[in-house]
Amino acid sequence: MSRNKSNAPSSFSRGIRKFFLSAFVVFSFVAYTVHERLTSTNPGLSPAPITPDTTTGQDALGSAPNSQAQASVSNDPATTPATDAPSAPATNAPAPTDTPVIAPPIQFSTPTAPSLSQGTYKDGTYTGPEVNVFYGLVQVQATVQNGKITDVQFLDYPHDRRTSQQINNFAMPYLQQEALQVQSANVQIISGATLTSEGFSMSLQNALATAH
Amino acid sequence: MGMPVTLEVIDAAADEALFDDVYGYFAYVDEKFSTYKEQSEISRINRGELKLEEASEDMRLIFELAEQTRVEANGYFDIRHKGICDPSGIVKGWAILNAAEMLRQKGFENYYVDAGGDVQIHGKNEQGEKWRVGIRNPFNMNEIVKVLSLTDCGVATSGTYMRGQHIYNPKNEGQLITDILSLTVIGPNIYDADRFATAAFAMGWAGIDFIEYLPGFEGYMIDQGKQATFTTGFTRYVLNESPN
Repeated sequence: MSRNKSNAPSSFSRGIRKFFLSAFVVFSFVAYTVHERLTSTNPGLSPAPITPDTTTGQDALGSAPNSQAQASVSNDPATTPATDAPSAPATNAPAPTDTPVIAPPIQFSTPTAPSLSQGTYKDGTYTGPEVNVFYGLVQVQATVQNGKITDVQFLDYPHDRRTSQQINNFAMPYLQQEALQVQSANVQIISGATLTSEGFSMSLQNALATAH
Repeated sequence: MGMPVTLEVIDAAADEALFDDVYGYFAYVDEKFSTYKEQSEISRINRGELKLEEASEDMRLIFELAEQTRVEANGYFDIRHKGICDPSGIVKGWAILNAAEMLRQKGFENYYVDAGGDVQIHGKNEQGEKWRVGIRNPFNMNEIVKVLSLTDCGVATSGTYMRGQHIYNPKNEGQLITDILSLTVIGPNIYDADRFATAAFAMGWAGIDFIEYLPGFEGYMIDQGKQATFTTGFTRYVLNESPN
């Protein structure tokens, strides 16, 4: 009893102290959050939780090449498409440890790209179908005069992406910028966009198919 | 997929059969995944003739990988568009990486596999140096605006070569927002480089930021104003041209 009484004030004051300490911690956190929000230079973008570290290759040994074999194959309209469905050559995820079974050699063919200079077309205006280029639709209209294509217009292109209307209002302090400068073309490989140009050529190809 | 495929192998052991195998593999992928082919498996799925559960192992894998990418890219990657599935945004990089893996398993060390400007690169070129890779000028297809020196990695470019898209900043009337024309991504392999390039491009200006945050990836973004914006680690891949 007496013990309880004598303990009461000290536990009360401890409670008060706990309360103030908690209040201080909560207040600090809120203040920090507000501060971060106000000073943030990069609103609305959270880095994706990705762990993409899958190293592919073996080490480059740098052995001196003594001979080379090279072939460049582009679209070849002359090859007939293989009709037999080959057995699946790769059944695993494309991880370095995969063991894809090699496909039986079948004739190589890819859909033909339109050859714009070939043949003559009937005069008129031809509209291709809308082609999905993954982030939007592309539709092309071709105008033919005197058997030649005189104009190609985009009727539709990806413009409704939410992000294409996103405002460029965040500074990117760690990113660097430079003006484009044309380089000498001493390269083995060229990387360039193909997504929309594929849609473009598909839509144009179909537009011209009706112009024959 | 309707794109040129280029394979170059420096190692002496490369023969015709190797090229047939690799091109045969791309033909197989094209037959299965091309939405432009009526009888492809993906077309049959899109017409409702084939359920995904009954589809081939490769098809189900691609759908799984696409879903995984959709989540990882905060929804900026989606193979579904107006009820139609077009997995070409993921199939290409996957096929290139599989083709490169075929070569690696046969013991080749110096080669690249290029499908439509997306490339998996290994070893050295004919001169015994790292491979030189150019980034195409979106304003002029015949020009190169950057030369990279690369080995054992994947490089992919997403983009559009179109004009237009004049969008104004509602907070600052009169300021024209220049849009993104091309985004090149260098990554540990072409599968990841390609899918993240595609997703990042769809993010617009935030895309290069997204790449900056990805460990192991670097990016080079070209906008309408003929400006390039690149990630902090990008310059280590840039080949400084000799002054002659």
